[in-house]
Amino acid sequence: MREITFVEAVNEALHEEMARDERVYIFGEDVRVGYGKGGPFGATNGLATRFGPERVIDTPISESAIAGTSVGAALWGMRPVAEIMFSDFLALAMDHIVNSAAKMRYAYAGEATVPVVFRMACGAGVGAALHHSQSPEAWITNVPGLKVVMPSTPADAKGLLKSAIRDDNPVVFFEHKFLYSRLREPVPEGEHLIPLGKADVKRSGEDLTIIAYGAMLQQAMRAADLLNQEGVKVEVLDPRTLVPLDRETILQSVKKTGKVIIVHEAPTFGGFGGEIAALIAEEAFYSLDAPIKRVGAPFTPVPASPILEKFYLPNAEKIVKAAKEIME
Amino acid sequence: MQLNNEFMIQLYRTMLMIRRFEEKALDLKARQIIPGLLHLYIGEEAVATGMCAALRRDDYISSTHRGHGHCIAKGGDISLMMAELLGREKGYCRGKGGSMHIADIDLGILGANGVVAAGMPISGGAALSIKMRGKDQVVACFFGDGGSNQGAFHESLNMAALWKLPVIYVCENNQYAISVAQSRSCSIRDIYLRKDAYEIEGCMVDGNDVLAVYQAAKETVDRARRGEGPTLIECKTYRWRGHYEGEADRTYTYRTKQEIEEWIDRCPIKRFQKVLLDQGVVSQVGLNQIEQEIQSDLQKAMEFAQNCPFPEPQDALKDLYYEE
Repeated sequence: MREITFVEAVNEALHEEMARDERVYIFGEDVRVGYGKGGPFGATNGLATRFGPERVIDTPISESAIAGTSVGAALWGMRPVAEIMFSDFLALAMDHIVNSAAKMRYAYAGEATVPVVFRMACGAGVGAALHHSQSPEAWITNVPGLKVVMPSTPADAKGLLKSAIRDDNPVVFFEHKFLYSRLREPVPEGEHLIPLGKADVKRSGEDLTIIAYGAMLQQAMRAADLLNQEGVKVEVLDPRTLVPLDRETILQSVKKTGKVIIVHEAPTFGGFGGEIAALIAEEAFYSLDAPIKRVGAPFTPVPASPILEKFYLPNAEKIVKAAKEIME
Repeated sequence: MQLNNEFMIQLYRTMLMIRRFEEKALDLKARQIIPGLLHLYIGEEAVATGMCAALRRDDYISSTHRGHGHCIAKGGDISLMMAELLGREKGYCRGKGGSMHIADIDLGILGANGVVAAGMPISGGAALSIKMRGKDQVVACFFGDGGSNQGAFHESLNMAALWKLPVIYVCENNQYAISVAQSRSCSIRDIYLRKDAYEIEGCMVDGNDVLAVYQAAKETVDRARRGEGPTLIECKTYRWRGHYEGEADRTYTYRTKQEIEEWIDRCPIKRFQKVLLDQGVVSQVGLNQIEQEIQSDLQKAMEFAQNCPFPEPQDALKDLYYEE
């Protein structure tokens, strides 16, 4: 199978869905030209040339209106793919994602659909500091009415984005910017759909489950390799969709291994890993033979200086350390 | 307006320092010595310089992600700035912020900001505090043509107008919101005309003419100090460099080479140089002397920054909460 990068996979999904359904359109800052490649990362590359400026709309820098306008258009027959350039700016778009998109179907007693996707680049590792590096998934996983997706591989990014665009619910779709051009993997050409709400076991093992998503999947896989050298057979599980969460696959894995580490790049405290840990404690407590471990960032903003950012970020070594604590 | 020679030379010196500081940063970024994101102000120096020259040391400014010029013009320390750009321990943010977050609370620099227009309500708050404390300070709030389209613009100007807050809203119209031309992102051509929506004073000035900026700044700062409320000044200027360093627009996809060159011909520094020479404020020898002094200051700042150690990794955990 041919290999493409994470951002090329995102771009391919957008091309295919726009070709498939003329109601799909792109709405965001700098999406048409960007710096000659479609946005700062090239996610919307070539779309304006192919589909025209009417369907690839450069907005003013107005995140609140990007979100609210998308909700309005989605209510009345369109299928917007809105782009919030950096997920840190989710904070500016939050009102319409949380108070409009998430609640309309409920408020209108099931009469309305809001088929909108809010794509955004998240994550650290590129020295972009406090306002361009956050992993804010836990800000919105507590909002009923939204689906929340965070793919970890190019193939998943393509398959999940295509499904998200076809979904009749509002979907918040996080793309980790560190992976965009750095991760190149096989991706199926043409129709490739991955259902929302379905986790994926990326590696099978019997001794320990590591649950990781976003850029942390790569670190979890590396940790699994390191632990394997010491005879620990690790199962690596990627939830892929955080809401709805694939509880069954998680519980199945933990019941098999009896040990679990949950990894994400956001601060551990108040992070989504706490929800996964609670699920396991409630539903699989008697299968556990060690405490649940979480590996995440410390409870601080993402600092700029490379030495500080490196300290901040979870990585394979920190996962291995946590593993050794519970494998004894 | 009669200005003394010393003041005029100081304006020149500030603009040239901003230019040389950023050229140095550009070079360091190209050689990957500066990590992270870098948004340069080259070509827009007259705006920060003219505006800040009308401010007192105890006045406040809020900045944008293109903030080096504002910081230098308000009296920021270039050694601490350079150390921050290099991610060092003694940088303005102790290496935690980088280019987009430089602040100096003692100098009233309320911070560069990575979020477009975030400085607008923060400026309003600083002005409200001035009013509540009964002081005669003012706030200069820098933002761009892009920032003028955020909801925060409207909310801030309405409040400031309503409560007659001492804020000068300085729109640095460099004509591009990232890669989107102002004509494709603003419903009007002259952003200062939005003043009428709030019934406040406003004007448009040539943002490449430091004396014009200073004159407008002086009048509006005086008004604000007298308690007569906010002003919206639009300074028309141009961003010579890309939105950020590393921008891949080598093929001129969103603006033409000719357009950029035309604006480089209108360089605010060269233009002011000519004024100074024509009026006999300074001789060519004097200008050369200033250039040498700036190079020497910059060299010292570089040495300071490069000799400054990186922070300890655990410093990432410091300074999150106030502790006794």
